[in-house]
Amino acid sequence: MSGEALFEVEALNVTYVDPRRSVRAVRDVSFALGRERLGIVGESGYGKSTLGRALLGLVQFPGIVEAQTLKFQGRDLKSFKPAEWQALRGRHVSMVMQDAKYSLNPVRRVGEQIMETYRLHNSKDRREARRRALEMLDAVRIREPEAVFDLYPHQLSGGMGQRAMIAMMLIGNPEALIADEPTSSLDVTVQNQVLRVMDELVAKRGMGLILISHNLSVVSSFCDRILVMYGGRIVESLDRDRLESARHPYTRALFASAPSLTHPVETLSVVKRDPAWAE
Amino acid sequence: MNDVLSPPSSRFAPSGRDAAPRSQAQALLGSALRRAAALRRNLLATIGLAIVILLVVFAIAAPLLSGGASPLDQDLSSRLLPPSRAHLFGTDDLGRDIYARVVYGSRATLTIVALVSIIVAPVGLAVGTMAGYFGGAVDLALMRVTDIFLAFPRLVLALAFASALGPGIDNAVLAISLTAWAPYARISRAETASIVRSDYIAAIVLAGASPARIIFRHVTPLCLSSVIIRLTVDMAGIILTAAGLGFLGLGAQPPTPEWGAMVAAGRDVILDQWWVATIPGLAIFVVSLAFNLLGDGLRDAFDPKSS
Repeated sequence: MSGEALFEVEALNVTYVDPRRSVRAVRDVSFALGRERLGIVGESGYGKSTLGRALLGLVQFPGIVEAQTLKFQGRDLKSFKPAEWQALRGRHVSMVMQDAKYSLNPVRRVGEQIMETYRLHNSKDRREARRRALEMLDAVRIREPEAVFDLYPHQLSGGMGQRAMIAMMLIGNPEALIADEPTSSLDVTVQNQVLRVMDELVAKRGMGLILISHNLSVVSSFCDRILVMYGGRIVESLDRDRLESARHPYTRALFASAPSLTHPVETLSVVKRDPAWAE
Repeated sequence: MNDVLSPPSSRFAPSGRDAAPRSQAQALLGSALRRAAALRRNLLATIGLAIVILLVVFAIAAPLLSGGASPLDQDLSSRLLPPSRAHLFGTDDLGRDIYARVVYGSRATLTIVALVSIIVAPVGLAVGTMAGYFGGAVDLALMRVTDIFLAFPRLVLALAFASALGPGIDNAVLAISLTAWAPYARISRAETASIVRSDYIAAIVLAGASPARIIFRHVTPLCLSSVIIRLTVDMAGIILTAAGLGFLGLGAQPPTPEWGAMVAAGRDVILDQWWVATIPGLAIFVVSLAFNLLGDGLRDAFDPKSS
């Protein structure tokens, strides 16, 4: 895996500076992403999204990104200039955001927006871009892509919107996709549908996927490997089939707090925090 | 921002119209009808619109509507005649038909209004969106320049520019534009500042779009509606400034028929031959009032935020 690592991250820190106090949102995070599905779980406010944004060069002042190693396909991201980041985004690494309702421009047609990503990185030919966009809409299982192409975002359902978003982010044929809570604005059945579409495309194209979520069951059913974040740190890295062998007390507490169908309990367990975990 | 596209609120509740449109075309038609109805309900705005349409018709069909009289033909034997059947609004001090001159004068007014809008809106949009998008030092620099232009009284600044550039319609347009763009920069900067923080701009950044592309393709379309509304409300001011420049001899030059210059020419004889100055003055008054009424009506009908 090390031979074809997409992301190599070592000792990544993201600090938000403020004259009065600084907040270290991400602390000493190290991991490598190959062509696999990596899940990142943790509660809200523990640096998951900031980590995702740091990988795309989207952390803006007052946020400061520092790392010993931050590489994508062997290229050093630390020395990247804005134009290089721009060429990387959408073409090599994409990101699907939380809520498609707010992630698509309300005054432009869905198809146009999907086409745009393609034309940013490939040929400027409109007809070719249109054909690709329609293919992409079809690939994310949108029935009647021709009709949806000309719709405005407010005319789509949440699930359709999120799939259109996935189409927009995958049309550039990136090597890695970061999905930041891609389904938390959707209901459970649609969640599964969208995740399956994403999973299938990622598998078919042999891409690397980082799925950021606070939903344990989603992550454990879709990812090969899971990183557990607590207080901006990665406290544990687990293989999918070895979830039971989690060592860190936080991970165990997290798993214990998830309700189970087979073992119903009267009171769900609550994570009891130990200040030592954050050290 | 979604409310721009969502169906109009209950104050436009359809009466007798289809509440549940069955096709996109029908829905678009319905929303256009409701907007038209809201505009029509506003009687004053309708009057304004009618006068503006009339102005455009007069400007286009001036040769037909001036009754055969030329605005430039002098006839010194019939100087300063009072309104009569032969000369509807009388004649001026060179014996020219005032009616014909007022009709042809609409061309000068419309030209100025149109050219100023074409210059002012893009300049204001460009400055405002750039300031709003880049923020920081760019914002500071651009907005201070804007503030400088806003700090001067409009007519005084226009006068200074017009006298520096030399008289004439083209220079009047430039002078007015130089004084009028600043509020548009302010408006589009404010709109941009809120748009830039939205997720769909983050999404297009993620897709690898350049700042220029984001500003022109994604931010500008969303700023357009407020700029257009502001422009309509601003029309009256532009017309008045243009007439003011004409009156002071810095706008259209004789013998071009222009309302402001006509008022100035009639000033000497205002006590004995009142019509020479009054008629073009009334034209200025009616047209700027019409633009004001229309602008207010449009703002009520199209701006979802003003209610």
